[in-house]
Order: sequence, then C-alpha cells, then structure tokens
Amino acid sequence: MSELRYTSEHEWIRVDGDIATVGISQYAQEQLGDVVYVELPETGRKVAPGDDMAVVESVKAASEVYAPVAGEIVEVNAALAETPEKINQDAEGGGWFVKMSGVDQAEVDALMDGDAYRAYVEGLD
Amino acid sequence: MPNPAGTDPRARDEAPLARTALYDLHRELGAKMVPFAGFEMPVSYPPGIIKEHLHARSAAALFDVSHMGQARLAGGDAAGALETLVPGDICGLAPGRMRYNMLTTEAGGILDDIMVSAADDGLMLVLNAARKRVDIAHIAERLGAAVEVAMLDDRALIALQGPEAAAVLARSAPEVKEMRFLETRTIDIGGARCLVSRAGYTGEDGFEISIANAGAEALARALLAEPEVAPAGLGARDTLRLEAGLCLYGHDIDEGTSPVEADLAWTISKRRRAEANFPGAQRILGEIAAGPTRRRVGIRPRGRAPAREGTAIIGPSGSQTGAVTSGGFGPSVGGPIAMGYVAAAFAEVGTELKLIVRGREVPAQVCGLPFVEHRYFRGQP
Repeated sequence: MSELRYTSEHEWIRVDGDIATVGISQYAQEQLGDVVYVELPETGRKVAPGDDMAVVESVKAASEVYAPVAGEIVEVNAALAETPEKINQDAEGGGWFVKMSGVDQAEVDALMDGDAYRAYVEGLD
Repeated sequence: MPNPAGTDPRARDEAPLARTALYDLHRELGAKMVPFAGFEMPVSYPPGIIKEHLHARSAAALFDVSHMGQARLAGGDAAGALETLVPGDICGLAPGRMRYNMLTTEAGGILDDIMVSAADDGLMLVLNAARKRVDIAHIAERLGAAVEVAMLDDRALIALQGPEAAAVLARSAPEVKEMRFLETRTIDIGGARCLVSRAGYTGEDGFEISIANAGAEALARALLAEPEVAPAGLGARDTLRLEAGLCLYGHDIDEGTSPVEADLAWTISKRRRAEANFPGAQRILGEIAAGPTRRRVGIRPRGRAPAREGTAIIGPSGSQTGAVTSGGFGPSVGGPIAMGYVAAAFAEVGTELKLIVRGREVPAQVCGLPFVEHRYFRGQP
C-alpha cells in the first residue's frame, strides 16, 4: 500500500494501482469535531484539482471537501451516510470519502508527504 | 477543506480577546478555544460536543458563561424604571424571583433578551455577551437619572446543568434543593458569597452561579471533582438550547423581530398589555390583537442533512416564506433540527415545507417547540 499524500486544504490521497482513495486528514477530523452528515458526489463525475467534491458537516458547521487532483469518481463510501462518525473514528482509513480513477501520479507526488503535512499543520496552530 | 477549525480569521485582527476567570482551567482541561463576543471561550473539550451535550441531559455539565453581562440596577424605583424599557412585569417580581424578558425598541423590535431578578435592594440583570455594552448604554441613557446602573465585570458566571445538578450542588449548599425554577438566593459556597439562580439555557434543571472572579476557579474545580460533573463548551450549550427551543440573540431574535413574531408574547403580562406603556407597544400590542404576519417555528428537516442558519424556507405555496435562524444537529433528537420564521399561515404544526440546502430541496415539517421537553424543577417531586 502506498503512502498518503496531503493537500494544504487537509484532504489526503493514496494511490493503489489504478485507483486512488481520498479522504480528510486526522487533523481536519480533530478540528471539525463530531461529524454528523456527509454529502458525496455521483460516481462517474470528473473533477479537477480544487473542485468541490463533497461536503462534511460537523455539529458546528458545513465544510467543503476539494478534489486533491484531477480524476473520475468511481466509488463513494456509502457507509458514511448512516455512520458519518466513521470519519472521526478512522479519518485516514475506514472514513475515506471517494475512490478515483485516471489520476496522474505526478500530480499526487507533488502533494505533501506525511512529514511535510505534519510540519504544515503545526505551523497553523 | 478550508479552515476546518471553523474559527473566523478576521477575529484575529480585532482587539485582543478578553479572558474569563476560568481561562487557565479551560486550557488545562484541553478545551478548544475560540473567539466569541470579544472573549476567548471554550467551544468544546476533548470528549466533543455530542458527548458533552448528552452528559448535560443525563448527569450534570459545567459551563463557563462568564462572558455574559451581569449588571445591577439600584436606587429609587429600579423595577418601575426598568418597566419603561421592557414589556414584562418587573414591579410584580418578588425578591428572590427571576424572570425572562427583553429590552424592546420604539419600533417593537428586540434590543436584547435578558434575565431579570429581584433582590431587596434592586435588580440583577444577565445580558447577552455581544449586547451588554449596547444594553448598558441604552439603560444608562434612559434611566441614568433615576437609578444607579453598574456592570459587574468582576464576577464570573458558572452554569451547572442537568438532572444531577441539584444533588451535586446540594453537597456544598444543601438549601439549593429547596429552590424552585427561576428562584434566586444568596448562598455561601465554600466560603464564597454566591448569587445562585435555579435557571439555565439547556432545558434541563440546573443552576447559574454568580461568584466573584477571585473564587470562580476554586468553585469550578470543586464542582468538576464531583463524579457526575463534566465540563461542556459553547458548542454543547448551543445544541442544548436549540433542542430546548430557546432563542439565541442575533440569530432567532434581533432588532427586526418583535416578541410576538418570536412567540415570546407570554413574557408580556396582562397589566403591561393594559398599560401599553413600553417601547414598541403599538406594534407589539397590534400583533397580539391581530396576529403577526410571520412566526418563529420549530422545523424538522427530513433525512440527515442539517439546515443551517440562512437556509431558505419554501412554503406550501411554492415561494420562499422565510429562513432558518438556527439550525444544526440535535444530539438528543438524533437528527437535524432547526428554528426559523414562516408566514403565519404556515406556522401550524405539521405544515409541509421545503428547505433549500446547497441548491437542493429538502422536505421538512413545522413541529412544536421544544424538541426535547423541558425538565425544570417547579416544586417538590
């Protein structure tokens, strides 16, 4: 399994073969607090980097989730509809949002690795 | 996602934030601090808003609400003077009793909603944090010649809310068990003179304790050391008050909403209606007689998507009839809940509405308030 890469907007992406999995970071989950609702995109939708791709709602507020790279949505994590708390429990694993195909590996490699992202979020506090 | 912390970056550019007497304790407890009404306040603690909320419904939660304004009106006929600014019965308020009321504008809007309690030597007011300067300027301007108006900035306010609150507080102050909802007493707790009110903003039984800043941290620590008590932040305070159907100033009520539209006409006594001598009486009494054109209602969106403040409400006629003024997730309800204003014709419980959430129609229904029954203590069980 390849490593996670992160955007400055707190999404993560992990590429396994032809499929990339996308979610929000552990840091984002902690900052949001209890997640109570998730709105996921239609499969088949093509997205560009930075496009609004999903919405995550905590008790406090709604936040947009952006596409970290270009690609096509091929699967969404349907379990989140009934159990959005999975995002709090396992943001960088079982709390994934979507799977994408057609992702350019070079675009993924240009994102922050785990160490760079951790240094980045430390600078935010 | 942008800014998951949800803090307003603009807040950083403004004047330095004030801290309450419990600031160090909040940090020690691991609170997430946010700017709120000029204060740095705890929005939640490590367990999170939902657990804090449910703890207030099942045991007892401790809230720091020291950001709220506490003021004293003394000298002369303070009650008679205050009645010139509010539509409620203040002269009939017996010492040791508290009442919910509002400062109204000449146009019949709401300048602030306030708690008023009577003591032997004057009145105590609790004011919204974001409105206290406006309120005090208004009161001083209108009543300054007749009464002495003093902000009590040296006092903290600690709320202990939940079904176990009375049992917990009675360990250090047994007489609180005798108090009824909206009763106030001066009680020594751990050597500190406190003004205790059996009141709150959660719909649960509980107390608000006004104490000099110097003694506030010791009292909070002593209460938190009781096994039933857990700290709760402003996040849980907001979900609790929304489930209890209670208004939040600046959201559900403001200078543009009248007490009648806000379904708060019950705060205006028969005598005050007959006297018709409070600010905005013409509009307010007119609306009581003829009915307001719009009303605040409870709303249950179908499904799980929360409908936030500002969400457009479409009436049965197919056009927009109003907007959500408070909306989110109700942890005890287990789903989305909201309050908002609709045309009076659509205010009946059961009326089908549609909410526009991110461009899509979400079906919803007008429902009665509160969403969670109040459990105030009105007498011996």
